[in-house]
Amino acid sequence: MNKKQSAATSASNETALNVIAGIDVGGTFTDLLLFDASGNLVFGKTPTTLDNQAFGVMNALEKCAIDTATIDTIVHGTTTTTNAVLERKLARTGMITTRGFRDIIELGRRTRPQPYGMFGQFKPVIPRDLRLEVSERMDADGNVLIPLDEQEVIDALQTLKSMGCESLVIHFLHSYANTSHEKRTAEIAAQHWPNEYITTGHSLLSEYREYERGVTACINASVQPILHNYIDKLQGELKNAGYKNDLLVMNGNGGMVSASRVIKESAKTVMSGPASGVMAAAYTAKRAGINNIITYDMGGTSTDVAMILDAVPGVSHELEIEYAMPIHVPMVDVRTIGSGGGSIAFVNDAGLLQVGPDSAGATPGPICYGRGGKEPTISDANLVLGRLNTSSFLSDNNTSIDDVRSAINKKIAEPLALSTDAAAGAILTIANNKMAGAVRMVSISRGHDPRDFSLFAFGGAGPLHAVAIARELGIPNVLIPARPGITNALGCVVANVRHDFVNTINSPLDTLQDSTLLDTFTAQRERGQQLINAESVTIDNLQYRYSADMQFIGQTHLLNVPIDSPAVTVEELQQKFEAVYLQRFHVELKEIRANLVNINTTVIGTRPELDLSRLIDPAGRKASLNDALSETREVWFDGGWHSTPVYIRESMPLDAVIHGPAIIEQMDTTVVVEANCTARSDDDGNLHIELS
Amino acid sequence: MTAICILNSPDTPHSRKDILESMTTATIDGQKKVESIDPITLAVIQSSLQQVCDEMDLSFSRAAFSPVIAEANDRSDGIYSADNGELIAQGALGLPVFVGTMQFSTRVLIEMIQSGEVAAPEPGDIYIVNDPYLGGTHLMDVRFALPYFYEGKLFCWLSNTGHWPDIGGTVPGGFSANATAVEQEGLRIPPVKLFKKGEIDKEIYSIICSNIRVADQRIGDVKAQAAALLVGQERLTQLIKRYRLPVITSAIAELRQRAAQQMRQKLTEVADGNYTGTAYVDSDGVVDEPLTIQINMQKRDGELHIDFDGTSPPCAGPMNSVLATTQSSIYLAMRHIFPDVPINAGAFDPLHIKDPEGTFLYAKYPRPVSGCAAEVSQRIAEAVFAALVPALPELVPAAPAGSSGNFALGGFDPERNSSYVMYQLSGGGYGGNYHHDGLTNGCSTIGISKTPPIEVMEQYFPVLYREYALREGSGGAGEHRGGFGIQYSIELRRGEAQASFVMDHGRVGPQGVLGGKDGAVNTVTVWRDNEPYTPLHLSKDQGIAIKAGDRVDVATPGGGGFGDPAKRSTDAIQQDLEYGYYTAEEIRDAYQ
Repeated sequence: MNKKQSAATSASNETALNVIAGIDVGGTFTDLLLFDASGNLVFGKTPTTLDNQAFGVMNALEKCAIDTATIDTIVHGTTTTTNAVLERKLARTGMITTRGFRDIIELGRRTRPQPYGMFGQFKPVIPRDLRLEVSERMDADGNVLIPLDEQEVIDALQTLKSMGCESLVIHFLHSYANTSHEKRTAEIAAQHWPNEYITTGHSLLSEYREYERGVTACINASVQPILHNYIDKLQGELKNAGYKNDLLVMNGNGGMVSASRVIKESAKTVMSGPASGVMAAAYTAKRAGINNIITYDMGGTSTDVAMILDAVPGVSHELEIEYAMPIHVPMVDVRTIGSGGGSIAFVNDAGLLQVGPDSAGATPGPICYGRGGKEPTISDANLVLGRLNTSSFLSDNNTSIDDVRSAINKKIAEPLALSTDAAAGAILTIANNKMAGAVRMVSISRGHDPRDFSLFAFGGAGPLHAVAIARELGIPNVLIPARPGITNALGCVVANVRHDFVNTINSPLDTLQDSTLLDTFTAQRERGQQLINAESVTIDNLQYRYSADMQFIGQTHLLNVPIDSPAVTVEELQQKFEAVYLQRFHVELKEIRANLVNINTTVIGTRPELDLSRLIDPAGRKASLNDALSETREVWFDGGWHSTPVYIRESMPLDAVIHGPAIIEQMDTTVVVEANCTARSDDDGNLHIELS
Repeated sequence: MTAICILNSPDTPHSRKDILESMTTATIDGQKKVESIDPITLAVIQSSLQQVCDEMDLSFSRAAFSPVIAEANDRSDGIYSADNGELIAQGALGLPVFVGTMQFSTRVLIEMIQSGEVAAPEPGDIYIVNDPYLGGTHLMDVRFALPYFYEGKLFCWLSNTGHWPDIGGTVPGGFSANATAVEQEGLRIPPVKLFKKGEIDKEIYSIICSNIRVADQRIGDVKAQAAALLVGQERLTQLIKRYRLPVITSAIAELRQRAAQQMRQKLTEVADGNYTGTAYVDSDGVVDEPLTIQINMQKRDGELHIDFDGTSPPCAGPMNSVLATTQSSIYLAMRHIFPDVPINAGAFDPLHIKDPEGTFLYAKYPRPVSGCAAEVSQRIAEAVFAALVPALPELVPAAPAGSSGNFALGGFDPERNSSYVMYQLSGGGYGGNYHHDGLTNGCSTIGISKTPPIEVMEQYFPVLYREYALREGSGGAGEHRGGFGIQYSIELRRGEAQASFVMDHGRVGPQGVLGGKDGAVNTVTVWRDNEPYTPLHLSKDQGIAIKAGDRVDVATPGGGGFGDPAKRSTDAIQQDLEYGYYTAEEIRDAYQ
């Protein structure tokens, strides 16, 4: 396989390649990564423009000095919808729903934000006065109990229009079982509504659970105009700059979709940022021959963890973007396990050092950012201990290393009767222990022992902590990609075209016919083929992934069971379910019947393989490791200072072997190679750190 | 992860050679040989012990069969002292009502082993017990306890509690509204070894299964509950191997002391003096009179002295509370107030609770107790909140709805030719608080569970929801108003069924504080042949026969208001009106 790919790469090197650019908008920076016609790479990094992300995107394109007219494909990751939801800056959206049930999306499922503390508030996506009821009702089998009152629908549409609604949701009970009332209402709405922003509950996911389906539909509707407006503007700008093709946009499932289609299912973009990073990780690691990884993406304000098994990132359709805000469309299963470099360290009333959960965030940020932060954070500890480069970190602000040391001394060292150095070391010990515990919980909640995985670290702070965390977890091998800081942009470039389908069956398995399985899978597969054929992207081949969501009768939680072929029989499915159940929960339940809840198909159009070996320019690499040495400085490891070599990543020879302790600095991150570890590069420039 | 096959292969730590070997290695490779513990190691061990418990919680929920455990997380796992059962650490995501309960049951188990009433532990054993009077809650909460051996010596106990969906008794599900003796409430299991040296005792198990409903599904929960303890055992062994036994032992003692210190530090925010709070249970379900919970707190010498003088005597119906539940209710209320104090026996040291002898909060055999965990516990917490809100106005809210809102419907579905028991549990409004309005449809004070979707309920049971809505006007007025309860109307579509209710706050709404008004009371109306029926005891009733076409309407309480309504902002009032939360008239009455 590898041989074939490299052959293909070198062959196509001689002809002109597609010029492809990935542009990812993050909280702070907009990153661009472009593969040009001869396979060379171009980078661009500009500040994110928060008001309209399109400016930052155009700036990044300008900065990299490539004629936009020569770019064949642009794949874009945006947080426009993410921010709209989190900040509740949503389009004014109205809802038409079943009489008696307009409060479903406000009442939720009877929860509170935290187990202890009777506090917290919840703001529904659509305010109560914009949720109108009409007469109609289905039962759970899809039988019509109360026919749809079309006049009430027309009246409701008029009212919502007069109240200034721009977007519309139609959400009826049991619409997954019978879509006719929602479809009919949408038809009527199409005649009366001034635009195309009409979302029906069943269209995004045909799955039971009225709260989750309703919120998903509401989020979709209320970000649709915002995303549409943004994409239109950006496409206009790109067109002016000479770009001729359809813009492609990243979805939360790790695939991409054309701009013309992304609007209809806007909710799928809400969690796309973390997903593209995970896709890049899977791609990079697979090329390096490592198929089972835990991704560890630690930035300044948050840390995300995902699991990749057999080179395929886990996908979930039960994620929440925040408290009580489920978006139940298939998305790469990324868990946020806490804050990042900005996590605050403090000594609590019990005299014990704690790190987090409070974070200094981006503003004021750690003390060392020089933006007024006063509380010691993980980043401050890294700086004091020589892990981060003092001169480059503090060069653009008026904070001195002494300011940072004195804060750690006063707030941590004195109360604990430690030296300042030991106190800073303690912050890292506690933080690493805590983060390792959180990674472990993510792993075992999915039924896996973290020791069976490699740790793939990226984000600005991931490579600083990865080795320590791997050691805590018993993970033997850490992988640091060539460009940890632009992993999301790489994810855009390597993403495939992807469509996911879910159909609710919800019947005891032994009451089903084999043909039901085959027919459902086949219909899903054909729908996916149609959608992908309609896209303007070059596709190598089509891949299909089939699975079933199952449970034992009497249970409410679901287990996803992967299936090889749509021609699976009921009996085979039973066996597969039992095997997956045993693997995940270590329990055998032969006594109890199985229930088939959902049938799922994912159709993936894979794109031509890209050569990542130039992510670090081979021409910049020096002949010997010594030539890559930038300095030797004192760095704190295991309770003491050690004279430690500091290398420039971009200059390191590809065949260099580095024995820890060592620091490797590069443009976008710092890698800490702890003592008793060995780091080596592979052909793509990834660092493999073996823990002994 | 090693597959845990609990029925076949006992995997006990002391039988494992590798532990001894690695103990030797640990010394050779020169791990830090600290005997006194530095504060950093201490903090790491604290979070690692917590992690062991969190993993047990996770494992239990993920593998459990019953939705009540798997989805509603009605379970808890912890580590307990071998000497006296004191709580060492407990999972952060355990059901709040179990804060502290298992240390009572573990202590009783230890005492019964010492006195010879219960067989001594051996590696691979797991005890089962649900006796409420031996440190429990209600019969449905079944506790497992695993003696944890390290190097052949009992080091501690790992224990967990899971709420079983049925435990026998007169009412499916166990929530009787009018039992008068514990025997009517279900099967009472004394501490016995359900697993002996790693093997399930099939005889004991078959006795249990013969006495409970839907017994065939229970094996799934039993396996999950035991497997969670084995996960804890494996993880604890790894922890001890890493830091060595003497270090862990002194860390546990040190952490206990520090938790006490932390709670004392928190209590400095409460000024010295007396604080009292009162809460009322509608009735005991048998005698139609309210039960009074009177809590008296005195803050002196940095500690809180608590008694229940003035509380009603033991009652005939199932609203009695056993001592473990009464004390845990205070612990959980304190934890709601100070959520960052770790759950550990030391945190309870500064709380001195006088045994409420002679009251319904210290039930003894054979008093019925099925209402204690779900309802009475929440009234005790409410009394604690009411007592402390003047002292800690920023940390304590007005009274929340504080009921599990249990409506059970048991019947026969002629179309499917099968019997069923359906539960509709409901939330209500939370109290307004210093910072903001109360949450709408929050879960019970003692729980963290979600309600199932209507679409699932209608799939499983022959019912049709006519309405499921926010209950307008139910939040108590205040500067920050209470959150809203819900109202629903459920119609029986086929066959016949019996409706039962165990709810509360039907007589008096959740109390408003510091000038805020009370939230709306809970109401229940059963419509039979279009004739309304209201339970005599308002919120509690049992065995109301209904047939197809009849329906049940319930409205749950809103939260109490916080602070003077006159101080509510006009914007907030205007928005309440726009959203239809209150009528114009209600607004006039409350805020003029």
